[in-house]
Amino acid sequence: MNALYFVAIGSVPEKAWDWIENAAADWFPMPIRRLSPLSIPDAAYDVKRKQYRSVEIMKLLAKHAPHDAARVLGVTDVDLTIPMLSFLFGQAQLEGPVALVSLCRLHQEFYGLPAQDDLLRERTVKEMLHEMGHTFGLVHCLEPTCAMSLATHIQLVDAKSERYCSRCGLQLVQRFASPDGGL
Amino acid sequence: MKKNWPILVVDDEDVMCESMAAWLREDGYRVDTAPNGQQAIELAKSSDYAICFVDLKMPGGIDGIETMMEIHHVRPEASVIIITAYATVDTAIQAMKEGAQEYIVKPCNPQEISMLVSRILKLKKLQSENAILRKKLTRQYRHHDIITKNPRMEEILSLTQDIASLRSTVLIRGESGTGKELVARAVHFSGQRSDKPFIVVSCAALTETLLESELFGYEKGAFTGAAAQAKGKFELAHGGTIFLDEIGDISPKLQADLLRVLQERRFYRVGGNQEVEVDVRIIAATNKNLAEEVQRGSFREDLYYRLNVIEICLPALRARREDIPLLAEHFVHRISSELGKDISGISGTALKLLMAYDWPGNVRELENVIERAIVTCHNGLLDEQDFSWLQQNAGPQQNWEVPDVSLDELERRAIVTALERKHGNVKEASVALGIDRSTLYDKLKRYQISH
Repeated sequence: MNALYFVAIGSVPEKAWDWIENAAADWFPMPIRRLSPLSIPDAAYDVKRKQYRSVEIMKLLAKHAPHDAARVLGVTDVDLTIPMLSFLFGQAQLEGPVALVSLCRLHQEFYGLPAQDDLLRERTVKEMLHEMGHTFGLVHCLEPTCAMSLATHIQLVDAKSERYCSRCGLQLVQRFASPDGGL
Repeated sequence: MKKNWPILVVDDEDVMCESMAAWLREDGYRVDTAPNGQQAIELAKSSDYAICFVDLKMPGGIDGIETMMEIHHVRPEASVIIITAYATVDTAIQAMKEGAQEYIVKPCNPQEISMLVSRILKLKKLQSENAILRKKLTRQYRHHDIITKNPRMEEILSLTQDIASLRSTVLIRGESGTGKELVARAVHFSGQRSDKPFIVVSCAALTETLLESELFGYEKGAFTGAAAQAKGKFELAHGGTIFLDEIGDISPKLQADLLRVLQERRFYRVGGNQEVEVDVRIIAATNKNLAEEVQRGSFREDLYYRLNVIEICLPALRARREDIPLLAEHFVHRISSELGKDISGISGTALKLLMAYDWPGNVRELENVIERAIVTCHNGLLDEQDFSWLQQNAGPQQNWEVPDVSLDELERRAIVTALERKHGNVKEASVALGIDRSTLYDKLKRYQISH
């Protein structure tokens, strides 16, 4: 059976993996495996913006995807950008095999506040569910508490819950129940 | 998927195109990309894009502004957002001058883009709803409800088309219920003013002072209760048409005021000292013979000639009996679907009955009669018995002994009887008499009947 692969891009705190893997096991009916960390390619760094180009990292992930990968989710602690936008919490290929989540703006320290582990855990899980949802064909949901609602700033991430709404959840279940297992 | 609103991203940088497209696709939009202006224009020819994001600087070929202008040429309704990495006031001004909806500097905040897209699409949705409604409205008044194969009516309909684009004043004459307002709407909605207001004023329903402030508006403090300035119907109809129903009933003072508006298209609000100028087409209607009123001295001759630039005389329904089956079928179809009843049509014997009746209330009466029959009908076809009450109403008339009184007295008695039967309800009495409410009010005034 094809598996869901997680991979660190650069260094990622170990506790983040427990949060991510536990939550993923609740929603995605497939084996979960971890790949050895990948280092961030030099080409991904944007000197002017002092951020990392998401597209370059997505390319790296696609290159390193194992043959039996249903999906590959990269997790990084650096700040991401694309040419049009000043930052990204994460990015995914809609119905595609690769997704990426950045923890950088999920830390309270990024906003000049003291670290808060519980909050970081919640935000990490929400963003993982969000980007993974895209890879399984879900688009943004209008229900603000659904993990699939669009968050363009951290307050909107906090307004979400750590789950899909019943409509998005049902869509996922139907997909996984289809003869090809939704892949 | 928000498939109805496709988006195009135009940029020479592949990474920019693809990352932006991927971000928008996550939101459910169908997104296409083009690496240069030429391809963007080709794509715009075959796809109805709601929004085009176009990079200002694209090396070789045509730049962002030219691309935008070409896109607007093939898709005038598309909103173009110009993107640039280098913000200068000059380029922003140029882009907006040439018709860009927005001008954004990359990179921008995700929230900014998200709000921009949803704001533009909200506007598009409203615009398309508006266009659909306007189309429906125009179609309704152009073709629906004026149903005829009577040569005189056909001539009138062709005349309405001929005069639709003019600003000339129109006077529509006809008995109550012959469809004067419908013809006025047909004139308005067939012409260039169709997207502007069509304002109806029933002159008989209001007293002189009320009608004056209704027509011309008033200034704050013009009279007790005038707490703020209010626009009158003439101002509200600016650019469009004002329909003055029952024009034969207005007072001599208002006749003089109206004459001035007709001559100069200018007036003063009640209590005001500043002239208001309007561009309004006037269509007036009356069931009176205004030429006779002029001779009797109750209607100004100069106003009559000003109003009577184009005259349309609508025939009574009894003068176009061949239209009765057509109109009856039309009303059955429309009213039964409105009332949610499954009625297939009218039986032959019932139709004979309708053809024989005299229809003093004209088409409006026919419509009311059909509605009443549909409400009480219990099988799928309107039969003779569904109109039996009409026969009862018509029956005694044939053997009716006419009392030795004047026509006015006869009319007065008919009104009093109708009001008594309907327990003073003017609306129901007017339906029973086959005249409209404002005509009934006018007659109540004339015969000094209190109800």
